[in-house]
Formats: sequence, C-alpha cells, structure tokens
Amino acid sequence: MPFLGYVGVFLLLPTGIVIWDAVRNPAGQFDLSSLKLLFNPDVRSFFTGSIELSAVSSVTGAILGALLAYAVASGNPDGVVRRLYLAGSGVLAQFGGVTLAFAFNAAIGPSTGFLFHADWYYNFPGGIGLIYIYFQIPLMVLVFLPAIDGLKIQWREATENLGGSTWQYWRHVGFPLLAPAFIGATLLLFANALSAYATIQAWENQIAYTVPQQIYISINSEVGLASNEGDVLALGMVVFVAIIMVGYALLQRRAARWLR
Amino acid sequence: MTSSAAETYAPPARAGVEVRLEGLRRAYGQVVALDGVDLTLQPGELVALLGPSGCGKTTTLRLLAGLEDADGGTITVAGRDISKLPASKRDMGMVFQAYSLFPHMTVRQNVAFGLRLRRVSKEARDRRALEMLELVGLSEQADRYASQISGGQQQRVALARALAIEPKVLLLDEPLSALDAKVRGQLRDQIRRIQLELGITTLFVTHDQEEALAIADRVGVMREGRIEQLAPPTEVYSRPASSFVAEFVGLTNRLPGEVRNGRVSVQGCELPLMDSTVPDGPAIALVRPEAVTLASGAGQESGPLVGTVIAATFLGATSRLTVDLGSTTVMAQLPTSDAAALTAGSQVTLTIRPDPVLVSADKVAASES
Amino acid sequence: MAAITSLGESAPAPQTARPRGMQIGRRRRLNLFRYVTFTIFGLFFFLPLFAMVRFSLEGKQAGTFSLSAWTQIGSTPGLVSAIEITLELAVITCAVVLVLLVPTMIWIRLRVQWISRIFEFLCLLPLTIPAIVLVVGLQPIYNKIEHYNVSALQLFWVYVILALPYAYRSLSAGLTAIDVTTLSEAARSLGASWATVILRVIVPNMWQAILNAMLLTSALVLGEFTIAEILNDVNLQVALFNISRATANAGVLFSTSTAALLFAFALLLILSYVGRRRRRGRA
Repeated sequence: MPFLGYVGVFLLLPTGIVIWDAVRNPAGQFDLSSLKLLFNPDVRSFFTGSIELSAVSSVTGAILGALLAYAVASGNPDGVVRRLYLAGSGVLAQFGGVTLAFAFNAAIGPSTGFLFHADWYYNFPGGIGLIYIYFQIPLMVLVFLPAIDGLKIQWREATENLGGSTWQYWRHVGFPLLAPAFIGATLLLFANALSAYATIQAWENQIAYTVPQQIYISINSEVGLASNEGDVLALGMVVFVAIIMVGYALLQRRAARWLR
Repeated sequence: MTSSAAETYAPPARAGVEVRLEGLRRAYGQVVALDGVDLTLQPGELVALLGPSGCGKTTTLRLLAGLEDADGGTITVAGRDISKLPASKRDMGMVFQAYSLFPHMTVRQNVAFGLRLRRVSKEARDRRALEMLELVGLSEQADRYASQISGGQQQRVALARALAIEPKVLLLDEPLSALDAKVRGQLRDQIRRIQLELGITTLFVTHDQEEALAIADRVGVMREGRIEQLAPPTEVYSRPASSFVAEFVGLTNRLPGEVRNGRVSVQGCELPLMDSTVPDGPAIALVRPEAVTLASGAGQESGPLVGTVIAATFLGATSRLTVDLGSTTVMAQLPTSDAAALTAGSQVTLTIRPDPVLVSADKVAASES
Repeated sequence: MAAITSLGESAPAPQTARPRGMQIGRRRRLNLFRYVTFTIFGLFFFLPLFAMVRFSLEGKQAGTFSLSAWTQIGSTPGLVSAIEITLELAVITCAVVLVLLVPTMIWIRLRVQWISRIFEFLCLLPLTIPAIVLVVGLQPIYNKIEHYNVSALQLFWVYVILALPYAYRSLSAGLTAIDVTTLSEAARSLGASWATVILRVIVPNMWQAILNAMLLTSALVLGEFTIAEILNDVNLQVALFNISRATANAGVLFSTSTAALLFAFALLLILSYVGRRRRRGRA
C-alpha cells in the first residue's frame, strides 16, 4: 500500500536514522560510547531544564485546565460559551510557538511590555513557564473535556439520592473516576512541553535551556561536542517521550472504559 | 389482558409511610411540565405513573426525589413537609433507567455505598450489602464490576443499592425500559415481590401500560402535566375516565355511532353508555377488541355486522383480527383456537358485547382514526 | 510545535438531556463558579492577545494609532511570499492527507480490519516523536530531495506525517458515525463501482469529518515552525521569526500574527456550528 511506503520513508526512516547515528562513532562503527554523553553534566542540565519547565507548566496547566474544562462542560452543550472556548482552545493549543511568544513580548516584556514590565520575564522558568502555561491550559481543556462529559448525570443524582453531599460525591465518585484521565492528560501535557521548540526559540534563542534548543544548536554548529551530539540528545528525548506516551495510552484505556 | 392488584402474600414486614403530593407545579421556561398534580400514596402502596413522553411522570418522580425544585405545591412524607429538603436528606431510594451504577466500584461496593456515606462500619455495610444482594438474587456477583454483568443484573444491583439504606419511599424511573422483553417481565415481577415483602411505599414511572397494569396497586394515567385518572388497574382499563385514557391503555376501536337516550347505536348494536349524560347526536364509540366476537359468516347476507377479515395477527394465546365492514374497520381479539378458522378473506359476522362504552369527545368528522 | 489536540471532531456532543433541572441552590453555586472561572480565564487569555493587537495598531510614536503595521504586511520583503508558500503548503498537505488516508481507511474498515490496530498505531506515532527529533533524522533525506527540487513546498512531505494523528482521529470518528460496511454493501449491490462507492456514497456522508481534518491540518501547517526553520525553509512562522530577530518588535509581526490567529479561530468556530447543525438534523 502506498500509504505504508510513505509513512515508512518519512517517519520510520528518520527515526531510525536518529537512533542509528546516535549509536555510531565517527568511524561508522557501532559504538555506544557517545551515549555516555547523556550523563555529561552539561547535557544533564539541559534535561533538567526541560523537565523542570515541562513539569511546572504541565501540572499547573493541568489543574487550571481541568477547572476550566469543568466550567465549560457544565454549561449548555450547544451554547455559545462552549463553542467559543473550544474553538479558542483549538487555536491556542496549536498556534503556540512563535506567535504566542510575540504576544507575550508585547504584553509583559521588560522593555516593551504594553501591560506592564515584568523584569522576571526573561527568567527561566518564570517567563517562558507562563507562556507554556498559556498554551497548556487550552490543550488540557481539549484533552480533558471528553472525560468530564463522560461523567454521567445519574452518578451525581444517585449519590445525592443515597445521601451524599457535593463534597462526598467528588471524593468517592467524581475524582476517582476522573483520576486516570487527569493523570493521562497531565502526561500528555508534559510530553508536549518537552517537545516544544518554537516558543522558547522565539522567546530567547541566545541561551539554550532545554533539550530541543540544544539539539538545534548542535545541528547547526560544526563544532559540536561530538558530531552526533544532536542525535544522542534526540534519542534521549524519544525514549523519554515514548515512555510517557505509553503511560498515557494505558491510562486512556482505563479512563475510556469507565467514562464512555 | 390481566391485571394483578393484590397478590396473596404475607402482610408487610414494616408499615410503609404515606406520601402526599399536593398542587405540584413545574415549568421549564415556557414549557409547563407539571400543571397542578395531586397524588397521595397510601402506606405500602405501589402507584404506577403511566403516560406518553413529556406527560410529566418523570418530573413528578424527580420532584419527589428532590432532584429538582417545584415551582409550587407541597410534598409531605409521613406527615412531614419535605418540600424544601435537599435530595440527600430525603431518605428515599431511587432506581434510574440506566447507567447509574458506579463503574469503578464492585457490585458489593455499589450496594454498600449509601451506608458508607452514613459512616456505617465496614463489616456492617458489607453484611447488609450481601443481605440485599441475596434479596435480589445476585450474591454471587458481589465482586464483579458493573461492566461485567448484564443489563437486568445491573438494575437488580441498582435496586439492592436503593434498598440498602432502608429508605422510606422507593422510586423507580422507568427501570425496565432499557431491558430485553423477557428480562423485563421477570424483573418486573421480582420488583413487585420485593416491594410487597418489604411493604415499602413505591412510585413507579413507566410508559409501558402493560407494565403498569401488571404491577401496580393503583395506576395514575398522566397527560400534559396532569393526572387524568388514578384508580386500580382494572378500573383504568374497563372504566376509563376519558377517551385519552381509553386509547392509551389497551387497544380501542373507534366506531361511529348515534347517541340516543343514553345509549349509543353502533352498526345496529345498541350499547349502554358509561356516561349517560352525553347529549344525543353522532359520536365515536370506543369499543375494546375483546368485546367484539366473530363467527363464521359464510353465506350470510350482507348487513351492518357482516364483513371480511382483512388481517390476522397471531399473538400466542390470542389473535387479533381486523375486519372490514364496508363502512368502517373493526379490530377483534379472540382466543386463537376460535380464530383459526377465520383466515384472511373469509366472511364473518360480528357481535359486540353490550359493555358500557365511552364516547369520544371528537365528533364524527373523519371516520378513520 | 506539534501540540496535541485530543480529538479530530471537536468534543463529541455530551449526553443530551431532556430538560433536566437541578436544585436551585446548587445551580446558583454552579453558575457563580462558572462566571467567575470564565471571567478570570477569559481575561488571562485575552490580555496578551489584546496587547498584540494594540501593538499592531501603534504608530511611530508611542500612543498614536496607525494601520501601518497592517499595510506593511504587503510590503515587507519576504513576508508575502512566505504567506503564499504557507497557504500553498496547507492546501497541498490537506490534499495529500485526504488522498492518502480516506481510501486507505475505508479499505481497511471494509476489507482488512485486522490491520486497523497497527494502522492506528502508525498514525498516532508522530505524536510520540517530537518534531525536533524527526527533523534531525530528516536532514539526510531532505538533502536528497533537494537535489531534485529546491523549494520550501517540499515541506509538505513531512507535514503530512505531522498531520496524521489529527486527521486520522477526525476521519476515524467520521467513519465510525456512519455504517461504512452497510452503505458500501448497499451501493455495491445496486451496481456501483468502488470509485463511485467512495466518492459518491461514503465521502458525502462524512464531509464534516473531512472538513474538520482539513482544518486541523491547515492550522498545523500555519503554525509550524520547527521543521521549517531547521531545514532552512521559509514559511510563515519562520519569516516572522526572522523579522523578529532583525527588528525586535516590528509592528508587522503583531499584525500578521493576529490575522493568522483570528483566521484560524474563525474557521474553528464556523466548523463547530456546521457540525452541530448536521448532528441535530440527524438525531
């Protein structure tokens, strides 16, 4: 099938190439030594930076996004508000990147800020964290909303009927049921933040804080730490993200069973 | 079509409570769902609310449960006005139509949930949960999850869960509608048995008239937010209070006739009227199919009661035949053995049993309904 | 940035309720919560965008109004061509995605159902592989391509891959909603050829899933930056980025960004209305 051929060339092959190169030395022989690079303290700082930024933005985004999702879900299913927020979320989640960085530069940049001048804007993870949160929340709304929709009214009413208060409902029924979906969604947000490149580049590309940024630098410089540094870092990222996505998939399955 | 009002049973173990609904009113924006509903349930009684969708039966139930607030009227349980009480404090057990079991809990945990909310100790609640599961015959499924048991079993668990908290009133919102026909019948009887055994006052909502007639002490037929008739099943069936009730419950023939002196003349037969004050003139008589008997009419001269069978439906013990009389068509219901010889196309003569009939409010404008 | 939208179709309609009420007290508390939440979040989201719009309307001296940022869109070197390229890329990518996915998915559903798991895995795989990683491995491949044709439009090859997860989910939801097997069997029994079945029977019934898939793909292409930049091609986002490196806060940056955002927002909003109407008609 032509489809397979296509996907093969453009997806599997590049991935394969990355892994391949990561485990080769300049002489072209199979050599795992470059993998040691991953333990190099400099490199580790990139990973730490990435993880820090991603963790902060994904957890905050998840909690705030869940609240917003609940607000949207509990309203009129056909209403204007719901449509607005969903369309908006769709746009903001996809459009992050460069556009968003500009907007934030305009809004709160230390020199040009229209709203106010935040001196912490160029701090890491402060300013960029805020931008990340800005697009993580819509993403959370999009991913988590179906789960909230999946909470059947009957469960709430049955709990009330059996004598439960609102708090008891959430404690015994609501939260437990939403937990897998919530954690799964947070993982997704985390993976998303890890992979993000455009936004942070547009925010500040002189200093590399995260792995994606470093990959970019090492690709473009002729003098890298090792010629395949980019590949190694990429491999590290793939493994990391893959693990997270597996976790996400498993949780999704559980959530789907209950809430569909 | 039989109805069982009271079955022979041991007297109830506990006396139920009286439930009184007075003047209940509820509207959603422009739509009036309840337009002044008055209903009193005697202790230990099972009342079935029957009616087409949108008639207000479910709304009545939900108001009683406290899941919604009434715009007007009062609700009294055991002499106490609970109109302002929130649902969680009303001490009622409710069985929903579907989807009400918590998917992340086992059957046992589901049933014990109400007790858990009341801080009953684990052993006590498990014991009670098992007791309830035995009552509905599902103690073997105690450790399964809702998704692993059938629809009928789920509803039985829902029933067990509702009863576990020893509620004063039991509410059932079309509990059988989502089930297969066969399961429906079995579960229906089981619910009635348990209800009688426990003597608990029960409100049962359904749109299936066969269900209502089979299970209830009294049936409340509702239409557009009001109760049209509240009476034991036999009475609702054979002495309907209005043409709506007559046509909603059971099948009806609408036959044009002439009213004179408190009797109506249909196809040459004189039938007494339920309401003798109906003024003279043309009218539509509502005749039950089982009041029409057929006999082979081969060779009969044509007359008002001679016709041809145009359709025959086999229903098991009885059969329903549609007869064309020329001026109108009539449905007759007879034991299959009698109907066997009267195949489609054969000529038959009719007799209409002189039971008192209702006359429809609509005038004779169009003869076909 | 390959952000992840969970659903092809915008959130499935939640369980429709007959007019079902709630207790008054609870409803009031809920509404209070909703209003507060919407206001806070609304502000939060709105402010940076507002700043951007405001900036785009700024004149030479701070505080004056001017539409120059907007008119400059046409006259800034490279920007117009970048916009053109990006739009063309969007169209090409959409077309390729549809041609690639629709027949394959239908075929799988009808004939080779056992592959569907693997297929789904493949389609969702791009989500797992960050763009930045992908592009590293892509370079040698693109080098070869560039031998034949040096053009930013070649980006479409990889954009199709990026769009796979979203398009797949959308089309999959659309296919599930209609009973493909029955429809195609009915059509075949009436004598239709396979092409007819696909084009005239199935596709018309899933046009809103297709529309959705196209919109998501387009949004993706419009917002894509990473791969384009690293491969040294100039698409819309890259152009904007380059401009920002040259003049930190050129007005044209903001006007273009605002335009792009509003454009995508309008599209998605319209889609949600079109979708609902169809669904209500069907139900």
